[in-house]
Amino acid sequence: MEINDPHIIIKPLDTDKRFNTLNLGPTHPATHGIFQNILKMDGEIILDAEQTIGYIHRAFEKIAERRPYYQIKPLTDRLNYCSSPINNLGWDMTVEKLLGIKTSKKVDYMRIILMELARITDHLICNSVVGVDSGALTGFTYVFQEREAVYEIYEEMCGARLTTNMGRFGGFERDFSPNAIKKLRDFLKRLPKVLKEFETLLSRNRIFMERTIGVGAISAERAMNYGFTGPNLRATGVDYDVRIMNPYSSYEDFDFIIPVGTQGDTYDRFCVREEEIWQSLKLIENALENLPEGKPHVDIPGVFLPPKEDVYSKMEALIYHFKIVMGELDFPKAEIYHAVEGGNGELGFYLVSDGSRTPYRLHFRRPCFIYYQAFPEMIRGSVLSDAILTMSSMNVIAGELDA
Amino acid sequence: MTVSNATYIKVDPPEGYSAPGMFATRFEKVVGLARKNSIWPLPFATSCCGIEFMATMGAHYDLGRFGSERLSFSPRQADLLMVMGTIAKKMGPIVHQIYEQMAEPRWVIAVGACASSGGIFDTYSVLQGIDRIVPVDVYVPGCPPRPEQIINGFMKIQDLVGNESLRRRYSPEYKELLEKYGIKSKE
Amino acid sequence: MALSRKNRMENELIILKLKEKFNKNILDIDNNSDILTVTVNSDVILEVIAYLKIDEELKFEFLTDLCGIHYPNSDLPFGVIYHLHNFKKNKRIRIKTFISKENPVIQSITSIFSGADWMERETYDFYGIVFKEHPNLKRILNVEYLDFFPMRKEYPLEDPTREDKDNRYFGR
Repeated sequence: MEINDPHIIIKPLDTDKRFNTLNLGPTHPATHGIFQNILKMDGEIILDAEQTIGYIHRAFEKIAERRPYYQIKPLTDRLNYCSSPINNLGWDMTVEKLLGIKTSKKVDYMRIILMELARITDHLICNSVVGVDSGALTGFTYVFQEREAVYEIYEEMCGARLTTNMGRFGGFERDFSPNAIKKLRDFLKRLPKVLKEFETLLSRNRIFMERTIGVGAISAERAMNYGFTGPNLRATGVDYDVRIMNPYSSYEDFDFIIPVGTQGDTYDRFCVREEEIWQSLKLIENALENLPEGKPHVDIPGVFLPPKEDVYSKMEALIYHFKIVMGELDFPKAEIYHAVEGGNGELGFYLVSDGSRTPYRLHFRRPCFIYYQAFPEMIRGSVLSDAILTMSSMNVIAGELDA
Repeated sequence: MTVSNATYIKVDPPEGYSAPGMFATRFEKVVGLARKNSIWPLPFATSCCGIEFMATMGAHYDLGRFGSERLSFSPRQADLLMVMGTIAKKMGPIVHQIYEQMAEPRWVIAVGACASSGGIFDTYSVLQGIDRIVPVDVYVPGCPPRPEQIINGFMKIQDLVGNESLRRRYSPEYKELLEKYGIKSKE
Repeated sequence: MALSRKNRMENELIILKLKEKFNKNILDIDNNSDILTVTVNSDVILEVIAYLKIDEELKFEFLTDLCGIHYPNSDLPFGVIYHLHNFKKNKRIRIKTFISKENPVIQSITSIFSGADWMERETYDFYGIVFKEHPNLKRILNVEYLDFFPMRKEYPLEDPTREDKDNRYFGR
């Protein structure tokens, strides 16, 4: 398509023949996810990088304009698919904010337990993959066993392993079964030992430290200018965490530390994520100790799906079920922005509702999309292997990048 | 002399003549047996199914037991193209190019609903199944499929590999199949 | 988060300062939704965002989000919506501007916030809103040869040329 508009400036193609161009991706073993980087290199030093993304653009925002509110949840699963419960429960909270529903402490504490489990799995993958990219494959195999343990807990709650589609507006369809609580307690006993082993492998390993300290550094001012959030921003020294700044789901009842780095390089990002796993473990233990009794959902028959036994036997329950799933509820006309702390940062949902069954506009504020812009600035002047480590320590998930 | 208490399960040998110290069978059976137990896959993981593949390669559901311990990210050295995840229209030419770069004999497995038929994404930007651009041998449905399902699909590929005739890749039907996809056959 | 009295910033202060500086260009103020929402004239958007960032009392130093929206039945159908955040006082604000269909051009804010770069490219890709003085305005998520702007309300979700899915069975 020819663009003749005088306002649009497109950078001309580089025809300087002194430097060589290296194409990194989209299919490359080290780019975890599909995005392309074209690097302009002078020997081994990288001078500039140009990125192409969109190789997995699935048009979530357009699909969301077509689907009733209940049916959007499977889409949110597939944003950051390493930690799907956070996306699901974030969407639940957004719609509850729209409808003005307040959830009970029991629901909030259950949500905290599941979201922190998801955060642990996301950080475990990211850290072990940083190890893999620097050549240490052992940590990866140890850590994936723990992911299997978390998958079993998810299966007790909702039946699926990875793309969980968990929860309902107003709570959950079932409480933690005794089996789930037992698995959770076993997991809480086992993970500290595995984490300590993982730390002895990598955190104070001299080769790993020499490879990651000073690599891919970014200053706090530049990070804030770009819109970084999450562990990447905390590694530069800014202690911004949505759980503390705009608390949701009763996070204000708990006391936890926000780990903060100093230089914003790869080693700081690794350590911040490591420490966040310990903090999440503490949060889950506290929430499990103080989990109140009661129903796993609030009493809102107009919005919460009726129990399945009633749906199959009673007429009103069947009608309610159909109406709720097809979206025939009274949604107010409003604009809502709600943010949760995802594995990578502030995951925001901007929802414009015009009173009809489907959203008028739903926009996902995806943290990966926003901080990946800074990648060329972070790798300018470093060598290729450092660029690979920077990319994997930033935890770029392709589903969240492209949506 | 047994050194352990393990029970050994014997696999049926292919049909042939056996005598002390020798076993005679058809050449293609031997080649199939060797190939099927040492497939080198190319994991073309794009989205969520890629994470389930990582779980399949992990220690719990070990895919290395089936002989595919060595993953090859270079298409020139791979036997099996495992397409896992959604393929958008932007990515289509790249899948096609990777398939063309693979050497014969090559197989393709489409893991997941998105690779088989577009999945839940019936939109303007998603390719509705990779069989629009490359010939596929096995489809594994699921969103994402459990690791056991991926292993089931992999075992079906092993059946296909073990029973393939040596002349299949030179036959006119195969050439016609590749013509349909616009891929030049290697002969 | 409990802030002391001197750290809290009230919405009224923000409204007062904005009205003082940009009198006629503030078209609408909505103080009743979850975040203070201000609709401004699209000609002054760069000055408004710069004022919000640099002013000593306001200091909205973080650009949370930038997205587009399309209201086909209104006079100014395309809208661009900015969400800003002040960390120290924990305050969010939403700025909306609307532009016309014949001339969908608006000033880019990449000179103030580098993070707006890709967000504006995404808005251009989806709605066709052109950002003046953007360093590299081309499509980012869709294929380059796509000749329409998909998120506009007149275009369908599905690819109309697909032959394997029959619309009758999918309820469309």
